Amino acid sequence: MAEKVLMKGNEALAEAAIMAGCRHYFGYPITPQTEVAAYMAKRMPLIGGTFLQAESEIAAINMVYGAAAAGKRTMTSSSSPGIALKSEGISYLAGSDLPALIINVQRGGPGLGGIQPSQSDYFQATKSAGHGDFHLVVLAPASVQEMVNLTFKGFDLADKYRMPVMLLSDGTMGQMMEPVSLDMGEIKEYDKSGWAACGTNCEREHNVVNSLFIQPDELERYNFERYERYAKIEAEEVMYDEYMMDDAEICIVAYGVAARVSQNAIDKARAQGIKVGMIRPITLWPFPKAVLNAAADKVKAFISVELSMGQMIEDIELATRCKKPVLLCNRVGGMIPTTEDVLNSINEANSVGGDK
Amino acid sequence: MESKRITVFAGHYGSGKTNIAVNYALRLREEFDKVSIADLDIVNPYFRTKDSEKHLEARGIHLISSEYANSNVDVPALPAEAYSIIDDLSVRAVVDVGGDDRGALALGRYAPSIIEQNDYEYLLVINKFRPLTPDCASTIGVMREIETACRMKFTGIVNNSNLGDETTAEDVISSIGYAEEISKASSLPIRMTTVKEDLFDTLKDKVVNCTPIKLYVKQSWAKVTAD
Repeated sequence: MAEKVLMKGNEALAEAAIMAGCRHYFGYPITPQTEVAAYMAKRMPLIGGTFLQAESEIAAINMVYGAAAAGKRTMTSSSSPGIALKSEGISYLAGSDLPALIINVQRGGPGLGGIQPSQSDYFQATKSAGHGDFHLVVLAPASVQEMVNLTFKGFDLADKYRMPVMLLSDGTMGQMMEPVSLDMGEIKEYDKSGWAACGTNCEREHNVVNSLFIQPDELERYNFERYERYAKIEAEEVMYDEYMMDDAEICIVAYGVAARVSQNAIDKARAQGIKVGMIRPITLWPFPKAVLNAAADKVKAFISVELSMGQMIEDIELATRCKKPVLLCNRVGGMIPTTEDVLNSINEANSVGGDK
Repeated sequence: MESKRITVFAGHYGSGKTNIAVNYALRLREEFDKVSIADLDIVNPYFRTKDSEKHLEARGIHLISSEYANSNVDVPALPAEAYSIIDDLSVRAVVDVGGDDRGALALGRYAPSIIEQNDYEYLLVINKFRPLTPDCASTIGVMREIETACRMKFTGIVNNSNLGDETTAEDVISSIGYAEEISKASSLPIRMTTVKEDLFDTLKDKVVNCTPIKLYVKQSWAKVTAD
């Protein structure tokens, strides 16, 4: 077994990014993600990398655009309001087919909101991280170890599909400390010579990185091509975890910190004889539609446990074609549902659930 | 328990200072009537001494912290009352300093008075399982940065090498050499080797000044999910 170290979620993802070959970090401080930048500031100079605190979030995301256009593994991190500021640049990355990793350590909103954990950027991450037709792969870790694994995976997916990937964390995941193994294995290298603007040596035509296409038929063609790639991702890259689903009559759907609370609640409910399990999406886009739809033929009800006002619940209803009722168990504004909150919802689902 | 009037805990970010400070204050309270704990952390918005406020007050320990601590107002402010730990010679004080040199900067405001009174212990908390302090050289590096920031020299070491809930007795034993090397390089004694309570019986005769500690802040999400 690999040696373990004790890390904060924010530090763990920063170190994992470095291990994944990221040498170009651009950011701007905001609670509760500042440890990512602080860690990068300490580590990057020691390994020949670049840490740059930009003058604003907008500057930082466009620096990411530049580094990505040159074919380098690059990332930025922020928290909710800062991600909103980055949304224009994220759309430009998507429109230019550039790989990059964007970290959102979510806090309560809207507006300046608060500094405590939240999952209220689900819609923003999965539906509309900027203008135009595009998707981000959205990864949702539920432990510090998964922060490491998914950061590594995120860089790989970004390069593989030439697109920006978002790691959707939250204040709790960022601040919690757990032992992790940093043994990630080999980095898979992708050939970027066909598109990266990194110098021609006067030996080839210029590569052009661009998201401006004046002719509508050309712009349409790029959109169609991009959505063919998205279809492949939906078919091949869905990740989820199942907990006690074999005989479950109630299915909790939760990600990140909400999944951890839910797991504790499931253990308590099981002790009371209630057959409840959990499907935990690890990719929020692509959303694990097929497994949820299959579960809808077996369970009597779903519960969406989220730190938002009912965002993921819409994807659950779509995925299950509303075959079974979906209850909402939520806290917002920086509050986290307690085990008892989830238990109450389980009891409610147990009494009201049935064929719709 | 042998102690000075003021005991200050500092160290690398996430080394375990706050929890050790809380444990230490509770132990002091068994011997002294007046015990205060001052939270000088200006860098960490989430996990702070303030989280243990009710527990501390119930045990008769006075908590001194910024009025902004845990108010979610992200202001790096210091409590005016912190001067009372220096001025009130009848109180036994524990000081919890923020992580790294950035956190230790706040201690500099009080350092000249603490040094002048010369009845203090200034302890460096170390954890070899933290990725930026895995060996003697890196830990000494952090130590020097902290000392420069607060203008006060450490007087001892707390070996708090741990992997959280997963810490085994072997993990602690494997940190002995690390702590001794730092002790030798810095000429500072190992004042405590802090271990989870359930490891205390196994380790009490094997490590220097073995001290059991409790983890005081537990959250509903604390249990690790299967990976």
